[in-house]
Amino acid sequence: MRTLYKFHGGVHPPGNKTPSTQQPISAAPLPAKLIVPFRQHAGEAAKPVVQVGDHVLKGQLIGEPVGFVSSAVHAPTSGTITVIDMQPVAHPSGLPDLCATLIPDGKDEWFLREASDYRTLPAEELRHRLRMAGIVGLGGAVFPSDIKLRPLRNHPNKEIGTLILNGAECEPWITCDDMLMRERAAGIVQGAEMLRSMLEAKEVLIGIEDNKPEAIAAMHRAVADGGLPFEVVTVPTVYPGGGAKQLIRVLTGLEVPSGKLPTDIGVQCFNVATVYSAWRAIAHGEPLVSRVVTVTGNVRRPGNYEALIGTPLSELIALGEPLPDTDSHIMGGPMMGMPLPSTSVPLVKASNCIIAAAKKLFPAPPPALPCIRCTRCAQVCPAELQPMDLFWFAQSKNFGQAQAFSLFDCIECGACSYVCPSHIPLVQYFRFAKSEIRMREQDKLAADRARERHEYREFRIEREKREKAERLAAKEKAAQAAKPVEPPAVAINPDATPETTAQMKIQAAIEHAKEQAAAIKPKNTENLSAEQLAEIAEIEARRARMREMAKSDVEPPKE
Amino acid sequence: MLSALLVMSIIAIALGAVLGYSAIKFRVEGNPLADKIDAILPQTQCGQCGYPGCRPYADAIANGEADINLCPPGGEEGIKKLADLLGVEFKPFGSGAEPKPKAVAFIDENTCIGCTLCLQACPVDAIVGAAKQMHTIIASECTGCELCLPPCPVDCISMESIGENLENWKWRYPVYALQPANTVGRESA
Repeated sequence: MRTLYKFHGGVHPPGNKTPSTQQPISAAPLPAKLIVPFRQHAGEAAKPVVQVGDHVLKGQLIGEPVGFVSSAVHAPTSGTITVIDMQPVAHPSGLPDLCATLIPDGKDEWFLREASDYRTLPAEELRHRLRMAGIVGLGGAVFPSDIKLRPLRNHPNKEIGTLILNGAECEPWITCDDMLMRERAAGIVQGAEMLRSMLEAKEVLIGIEDNKPEAIAAMHRAVADGGLPFEVVTVPTVYPGGGAKQLIRVLTGLEVPSGKLPTDIGVQCFNVATVYSAWRAIAHGEPLVSRVVTVTGNVRRPGNYEALIGTPLSELIALGEPLPDTDSHIMGGPMMGMPLPSTSVPLVKASNCIIAAAKKLFPAPPPALPCIRCTRCAQVCPAELQPMDLFWFAQSKNFGQAQAFSLFDCIECGACSYVCPSHIPLVQYFRFAKSEIRMREQDKLAADRARERHEYREFRIEREKREKAERLAAKEKAAQAAKPVEPPAVAINPDATPETTAQMKIQAAIEHAKEQAAAIKPKNTENLSAEQLAEIAEIEARRARMREMAKSDVEPPKE
Repeated sequence: MLSALLVMSIIAIALGAVLGYSAIKFRVEGNPLADKIDAILPQTQCGQCGYPGCRPYADAIANGEADINLCPPGGEEGIKKLADLLGVEFKPFGSGAEPKPKAVAFIDENTCIGCTLCLQACPVDAIVGAAKQMHTIIASECTGCELCLPPCPVDCISMESIGENLENWKWRYPVYALQPANTVGRESA
């Protein structure tokens, strides 16, 4: 039996997990329309590589990764791309994002699937395939998995000692990982072995909360069947025990330092669904085009569905048969999830649960009252922060102080809001402060860049001016040097009076002008046509006549 | 008596030497206050303050020649920061100097005649182009200063405001509608 550790705080909200685990995972029917957002992962949005009107097959790349932190997006089924435009997506802002609309042809025909054995491929190639298969963390953070599998060149602790599979699923209502472990344990375990070999980790721990006995048994069986030295560890049910840092703490006793990553202490952590989809991507050549999602809450038939990415959530909710008093919907769990702007938004890789909400299940919080500094929030904070102080700073927009109190170590788990006797929406304040600080940092960077560019421009203009002046000076100098040191005839004449000198100067100038005039030839005297020649001859003749007339003292005839 | 005078003057000379040496050794180049002010200014280089750029304005504030409420792109927050830094009272914007929403310049490429006048006006070199070639704005570097608008002979530059999108969206400050207590009571009853 492994020694387990404890993380600070935590709460015990009612689980509500049983209703949705009563039936096995069923495949959601093919919807009439799929809306696939190009931004389904942390980092840069994928770049569309299909055109409107293209016919695509299931699993065909429609958005390619751009930049380092990015991932690919694929067609969830075969069909035709009809529109690529801005559509409402599941985002707390309710703002639209770029999406491809796909009308399925009903054949569900797969694109080329290349199954391969991970043992025959180098880790570099595996990482590239995972990136191109769009594998991201399915626990909710949707961070590209290939980046988490990179070799740790720059880390002082150059190896991963422990690979942790996160099957804790601590958030109430959600059961998608539970059902996945019950039904597809073999794939998860094989995937874990693949990731272990890529990371060259020494041990693999699979952490599952003790409220999932079936999943624990299934994982035990799969590990034994695979003959692998993995350890399935039952951890106590505490919210947020499924947070990566909290699970690492419980399983290993190690604490991820503030501002660091688990890799810095030689641990890497993956969600079980991520591991399963990574396994499908390599061993079966299937990119991430579907996921298991829990539909629960105020519904008649709660359950888990394997649904295609891009399925409108309204269709999934309809599968659960919502009760008539359903008035809103939540994506994710009740602690960390977000209210959906509308149910027409599509399922994305981050959607692990859809909860139909009603007043009787989730009563509106009573109005917030002033903080009484009871410090219950500090007692439950899993990051060991002082939420009452952070609240104070966020409320007064004293962001510098909030940062000094490690605001960015907050995992936004909502345990503090859950216990607050004054019903203060603490997490909302923290999110507000975090995004304000991030935006300010961005503005600061932009301002610094602008200053640099402006200063360079000033420098450039100055340099150009200087260079121009230098060029002119050099030219003048050269001209001066080239001028022959002419000893003017006038100057030599010793007995020249000022008048004669001036006279001679004028004479010289006249001579010079004459010379110049002689040197310049009229430009239009060559290659003349007969007509032009005739015209010139006529003009010349007229001039001669005029000269004759001028010579003779006779007055020219008046006209 | 004499020895006391001697001791005191030796100490005075020694301390004076230390002070003199450190004045040279730890000399501060430029005006450090102007640097701090410049760091607060938004670096749009728009000249709306009446100075040819953010740095000259920072110098003017540091020298006490300019007011702190002349920078609309910095917003009220900028004024607050300057007031904090300088230990003066907050001053609201004068009329007609309210901050505008953030925008970037946009060149209508069909109308652009390639005169390069806007290139010369841009304080941060955020316009690409050459004589008789179409010009375009590097949107990520544009500070929205609007200095390129007046020189354009064909009025092909317009300011496009940056709307809210998923990249720059921020969580809102939590605000709740207050309900009169008696209404709440009636509802629950």
